[in-house]
Amino acid sequence: MPRFHRKLERSAIGFVLAIIGVSAIGGFVEIAPLFTIDETVEKVPDMRVYTPLELAGRNIYVREGCYACHSQMIRTLRDEVERYGPYSLAVESQYDRPMLWGSKRTGPDLARVGGKYSDAWHVAHLNNPRDVVPESIMPRYGWLLGNTLRTDDLGASLSAQQMLGVPYTDAMIANAAADAYGQAAPDSGQSSGVGERYGEATNVRAFDGDPGRLTEMDALVAYLQVLGKLTDAAQKQATEANPETAPQVEED
Amino acid sequence: MVAGLTVSERQLALLVLGLLASGGLAMAAAGRGDPLGAHGFIVLIISVALAFLVLSRYHDPEPSQERLSEYYDDPTRVGIVLAMIWAVIGMFFGVWVSALLAWPELTFVDQAWASFGRIRPVHTSGVIFGFGGNALIATSFHVLQRTTRARLPDQFSPWFVLIGYNLFCIVAASGYLMGVTQSKEYAEPEWYADFWLVIVWVVYFAIYIRTLMRRKEPHIYVANWYYMAFILVVAVLHIVNNLALPISAGSAKSYTIWPGVQDAMVQWWYGHNAVAFFLTAGFLGMMYYYLPKRAERPIFSYRLSIISFWGITFMYMWAGSHHLHYTALPQWVQTLGMTFSVMLLVPSWASAGNALATLNGAWHKVRDDATLRFMMVAAVFYGLSTFEGSFMAIRAVNSLSHYTDWTVAHVHAGALGWVAMITFGSFYALVPWMWKQERMYSPKLVEVHFWLALSGTIIYVFAMWNAGIIQGLMWRTYNDSGTLAYSFIESMVAMHPYYIARTVGGLFFLAGAVVGFYNIIMTIRMARRGAAAPDSASDVPAVAVQPGE
Repeated sequence: MPRFHRKLERSAIGFVLAIIGVSAIGGFVEIAPLFTIDETVEKVPDMRVYTPLELAGRNIYVREGCYACHSQMIRTLRDEVERYGPYSLAVESQYDRPMLWGSKRTGPDLARVGGKYSDAWHVAHLNNPRDVVPESIMPRYGWLLGNTLRTDDLGASLSAQQMLGVPYTDAMIANAAADAYGQAAPDSGQSSGVGERYGEATNVRAFDGDPGRLTEMDALVAYLQVLGKLTDAAQKQATEANPETAPQVEED
Repeated sequence: MVAGLTVSERQLALLVLGLLASGGLAMAAAGRGDPLGAHGFIVLIISVALAFLVLSRYHDPEPSQERLSEYYDDPTRVGIVLAMIWAVIGMFFGVWVSALLAWPELTFVDQAWASFGRIRPVHTSGVIFGFGGNALIATSFHVLQRTTRARLPDQFSPWFVLIGYNLFCIVAASGYLMGVTQSKEYAEPEWYADFWLVIVWVVYFAIYIRTLMRRKEPHIYVANWYYMAFILVVAVLHIVNNLALPISAGSAKSYTIWPGVQDAMVQWWYGHNAVAFFLTAGFLGMMYYYLPKRAERPIFSYRLSIISFWGITFMYMWAGSHHLHYTALPQWVQTLGMTFSVMLLVPSWASAGNALATLNGAWHKVRDDATLRFMMVAAVFYGLSTFEGSFMAIRAVNSLSHYTDWTVAHVHAGALGWVAMITFGSFYALVPWMWKQERMYSPKLVEVHFWLALSGTIIYVFAMWNAGIIQGLMWRTYNDSGTLAYSFIESMVAMHPYYIARTVGGLFFLAGAVVGFYNIIMTIRMARRGAAAPDSASDVPAVAVQPGE
């Protein structure tokens, strides 16, 4: 071996090619099949896409770096399932770019936080976490309530996601800004389109308590309330596997 | 800086800065009302300021032809200082974010930019890319020239790499404060910063290969294998992981082309190999040069060098999926990741052992010389944290350690104990050579820095080990009735004393870095005042010849 290597060391280009060749194998073997093996992502017909408001909320979650302290990935371990709910399936993050599985739980997992708390609780908690959880070490996000949500780029966001393969329709792209507004203003003219395009089960509420103004708080709370709710697949699988102990599928 | 450039290189510099300024202007115009526009202004201001710097010295006399018989070390000198500036900035932000976890109201200002989620990446990028990256660039230029006995190919491209890289760091860090991030761990910068880094990296690789092609040594020295692996593989990782579609040319926002589970795999293939090829390979290159030089001993074993190099280059690339145990990633990938992570212990310990065995016959120097002691302790921490890494990659262990502060302990055992210590040791060896001094301004302060760094690391790592294991156990503890014993918030409250201890450890480490920065600056000032020490006889470290050759 040393003799062969002495030769290799004499060629800069040879060494470069050897490094590229040797290092390329692992990633290729582990990544390429994830696109070709069908079982990698479960086939679930009821999996829906994020509404423009939820996507805007997700972008705020990304912007504020929430993933540094909150995971969105319930592992296949008994204590995690009992604490957070059925373990996460690949299909549930099928439309997530980027995925926000996280790597650290300074705070709790959020994969199934949707529907666990009221909108008002989330608004109060984000405004100052210590108002509702005295021991919390989470930062305050009070300014979200003061910031008007930017909607002019939502069409471009949906359109980019469509190009990448997320099944947004042209009508969804054309109405992105109006749908964002309508989802947080239930009595406005724009609210009916949200249900038509994203399903009647979509939350249409004044998330921050004020239907007159669309804020970043509306968007973030709308996103948090849909986490774990885009499909029932995980709950259904848990019920089938263990009908007695699994949590009931909520009817909503 | 400018005086070392030939007239044609000064013209090239002005051309490049002109292009960069137009790019900044275009970003500022297209990105009105978007953080992209703010970044356009930052790019514009920096490139115009640099253009003025070049213009003000444009008519200085050209460097003499004699320069070609000497090594070109100006970029290394500036790189060392930049690395130390980033060290202080990055570690300051580290202490701040750690304090926020103990005292969440310590934001000073109730502003978005000062919240934990935005300043945490300033810490991680500041120390990894700012401090680590500048240290790698600075030392790689030095080591490359000494071990090939060839001068860098020209005077312009090293400056392009060094300054271009720091521009990337500035855009990245200022972007986080404005909320510009992809939220991909250790790959947070957005598409335009990523694109710029690719350009810088191509030039960096070109410098390396052009110098190697002109080498006067028949063999490529082992340190250069590692620096080359660092440059090449980081390029591949960076490009693949950051493939993204911007929502428009005038927006900082983009969406990655990788969806969900595939994104998770690509991200941790990147993330773990950023550790392998940025924080390990590059710094092993540093170790393989400065440790034998400082100890004045040849590398213990050539065979071990080969085994560890190719072992690391091949096996690390499989290990990333151990970050995704028990997740929605298919189990066959998790198992592959675990298997290779465990096997990685062999090449990792081969490197650490090779370094420590090199010190045989020089242990009295380790006792007396804090610089060499920095490098010795770094090799020990490298061995410890690679063992811990292989251990944590085992599924059963990972079920306890993952998501807890144990991960943070592991990362910092590597980052503080290995990466930062080998860098400080190398800098303390390199700075007197670069500024032609017999020794550092104050060897006592090197000693002070060593003990601050070591005690800071130990306090930090022990605090986080305790925190992580307690956390992991509390999450999975059941009481007699078969229900979970602790709520999440109870586990979080239990962390408080450890978070305070961690902040103290971090403060020690930061204080050490400040002492080191002061010592380096004073050495430079000493050089400007006083006379030069003679050059050492040979800059090329010896390699042990194997029996039978």
